[in-house]
Amino acid sequence: MPKLTVNGVTHEVDADPDMPLLWVLRDRLDATGTKYGCGIAQCGACTVHLDGQPVRSCQTKVGDVGTARVTTIEGVSGRVAEAVQAAWRKLDVVQCGYCQSGQIMSAIGLLSGNAKPSDTDIDGAMDGNICRCGTYQRIRAAIHEAARDLA
Amino acid sequence: MLNARRPNAVPVRPSRRGLLAGAGAIVVAFRLDAKPARAAAGPDLASVKAQPNAFVRIAPDDTVTVIIKHLDMGQGNTTGLATILADELGAAWSQVRTEFAPADATLYNNSLMGPIQGTGGSTAVANSWFQLRKAGAAAREMLMAEAAFRWKVPVAQITVADGVVRHAPSGRQARFGELAASAASLPVPSEPRLKDPSEWTLIGQKVPRLDSVAKTNGSAIYSLDIRRPNQVTAVVARAPRFGATVKSFDAAAARKVAGVLDVVQVPTGVAVIARDTWAAMKGREALTVAWDDSTAETRSSEAILAEYRERAKGPGLTASERGDPQAALKGAATVIEAEFTFPYLAHAAMEPLNATIERAADGGYDVYGGFQFQTVEQATMAAILGVTPDRVRLHSNWAGGSFGRRATPTADYLAEAATVLKAAGEKAPIHLVWTREDDMAGGYYRPTVLHKVRAGIDAKGAVVGWDHVMVGKSIMIGSPFEAMIVKNGIDSTTVEGASDTPYALPAYRFGVHNGREGVPVLWWRSVGHTHTAHVMEVMIDELAHAADVDPVAYRLSLLAQAPRLAGVLKLAADKAGWTDKPQEKGRGLGVAVHESFGSYVAMVADVSAQEAGIRVNRIVAAVDVGVPVNPDVIRAQVEGAVGFALSAVLRNRITLKDGQVQEHNFDAYEPTRMSEMPQVAVHIVPSQAAPTGIGEPGVPVLAPAIANAVFSATGQRLRALPLDLSGVKGA
Repeated sequence: MPKLTVNGVTHEVDADPDMPLLWVLRDRLDATGTKYGCGIAQCGACTVHLDGQPVRSCQTKVGDVGTARVTTIEGVSGRVAEAVQAAWRKLDVVQCGYCQSGQIMSAIGLLSGNAKPSDTDIDGAMDGNICRCGTYQRIRAAIHEAARDLA
Repeated sequence: MLNARRPNAVPVRPSRRGLLAGAGAIVVAFRLDAKPARAAAGPDLASVKAQPNAFVRIAPDDTVTVIIKHLDMGQGNTTGLATILADELGAAWSQVRTEFAPADATLYNNSLMGPIQGTGGSTAVANSWFQLRKAGAAAREMLMAEAAFRWKVPVAQITVADGVVRHAPSGRQARFGELAASAASLPVPSEPRLKDPSEWTLIGQKVPRLDSVAKTNGSAIYSLDIRRPNQVTAVVARAPRFGATVKSFDAAAARKVAGVLDVVQVPTGVAVIARDTWAAMKGREALTVAWDDSTAETRSSEAILAEYRERAKGPGLTASERGDPQAALKGAATVIEAEFTFPYLAHAAMEPLNATIERAADGGYDVYGGFQFQTVEQATMAAILGVTPDRVRLHSNWAGGSFGRRATPTADYLAEAATVLKAAGEKAPIHLVWTREDDMAGGYYRPTVLHKVRAGIDAKGAVVGWDHVMVGKSIMIGSPFEAMIVKNGIDSTTVEGASDTPYALPAYRFGVHNGREGVPVLWWRSVGHTHTAHVMEVMIDELAHAADVDPVAYRLSLLAQAPRLAGVLKLAADKAGWTDKPQEKGRGLGVAVHESFGSYVAMVADVSAQEAGIRVNRIVAAVDVGVPVNPDVIRAQVEGAVGFALSAVLRNRITLKDGQVQEHNFDAYEPTRMSEMPQVAVHIVPSQAAPTGIGEPGVPVLAPAIANAVFSATGQRLRALPLDLSGVKGA
């Protein structure tokens, strides 16, 4: 039975090792902040962090997580995460909001490794996250806002 | 979408004749009769009752909870509707909360849809404007009356602001929460005094969205997040061709998949029920189903379009006509003849369709979903489950997009959930999940459409005649709304935006042929305007260039009777630094203007069109939606409309090959991505007119503005959507 550390809590998970982390989070642990959008790593709605790095949980087998620490939208913390969430709220980025957990996880990943991303950096880090409501302009502005806040 | 000026009118009478199972879908036979109204503005003040108890609850802790009767699928109506009521009430924004209303059309019908509780046609703010103002004002007067009684002072000396009730002469004051319980027992004033616009403190201001916090920390609950005790998850194997039915199936292998609990047949296919979503999907992969295609649509999309092209040679049903365009065109100096084609489009909301349904201990049913057509959905599920509609309780959640897909006249996916629950014996709550592939290949598309136009100008460039024929499948024919919307075979939602063109065209005819293919079609964010605006705005542009007149000036010359359209056009052109001359090689501006759902939008697109393809650099939009209730939400909706519609302009299409949908996921039907998003500037016309909607009206003008900009950049007219530059020389 795989052990899984999610947001600092270790769980014994009753799941086949091939089961995607996405469905373990959502259907076993009821951590529903991480979203299902496409199941084929095309949309980024399922983005979580493994040891701080953004990954698509729909393509991550739970058996492959090992001892890596899983962080989901419910468990993000620290300066970067707070700056990103504050910027998202200040600029009222969200519309339907369904993709925004994944957007925020990707943005935190970007700003954690690049304190002052250019527009090209943002394109590179965020192009894998689809927002069907088309909130991209505000996502971009919020990432710049968070970067200013962190500087 | 559905305009019927009958507030609080006819209750829906679901027929109990039972189910008509056909074409793999479930259709409950009931029809709605109400008078359609052209106006997109909501009911007037006098026709609206003051119903504070239906729309607001004030708790002892001072929170003000506004009851939201509409689905919020991202358009921000929760914030907008709460703003309207809270302003009249005199609440502080920080004390405002919201709660989604239950299904109850006697209280929560959309007056622009007659007796239906539902969301669509960009009507949420428009139909609620006076209803929520009156409710808020009545509640304010009840708080004032209670304070006057307690303090033994004249009510005229009492004021309310920022969540506090004050009597200035005595310096007494009370919070809402201290007064609310007693105030609630007072009589409801039937004609409370509404605030003068000069007294508004929230309407017209930027207020923070009420859903921003929950949607940025993972706590917002969408219906796919519902977890009921003992719930099981179902996925359904549906026919690969529309209209096919199950011939036989073999579930032996599926039942062996770990976690699979049951396999049951339902009218739409075969449902695999499992412990979790993953097991249900694996079980479905192991299922073998043979389909009966004898009633299925087996053609390819090219064949359907070829049939349309043939039919477009005939005049069709007359949707509108003035003068004799054919005769007028004979005397024209220049005639332009053009064909426009549009593909099927999937809504592809980020949250795939889903719902959770369970039988309650009292014999009723509880359903958790993103309900966009509550009255229809409740009646449809009730008929399947054999109970009266009030026994089907709908619990609304945030919806992860919709763009029209969650409002189906057949309540398709909700009906399916009810049939799965029933087939599985109603033992455990059923969490029905459509995968992305199910959602995308499941039909209910924006119809494929073909337009053919002949338009002519005289030697001075003035329009002399316009002869227009279109072919496309009606959304309303065959639906419960047919009697309400379809007249003489013409579905107003098919022809809207063209048959009623505001341009002063002296001789004009619009004919329509209704498509007959077996592909389910549906409204897709801005409905008929998704195609009519493109045709009208590209053709007008062509005529302007043929007349050698600036396209903005040419439009204005035809819009003398449409001042609000002219207003947004001038504003957008001014803010964009309009010129119809190419900016640089391969770069140009294009313009379009259109009214939809009572709102007026113009866009100027700055586009680069080169070998690599079309890049939209910048969009400048001007909108007139009457009183701008939440200016920032309005801006967000127009920015979002650009992001949403851009991929349909550039590449999206749903195609059929031998009746089978070819696009199943975002790899083949790719929405706009971050790196493609243009800068969008939105300018709002100040207005005191009753507010209209903005969820949809940003969409129709994007495609023609871009296509017209491509012409400016390359000299090439691209009329088919999505725009395809590949055949263009010099691009």
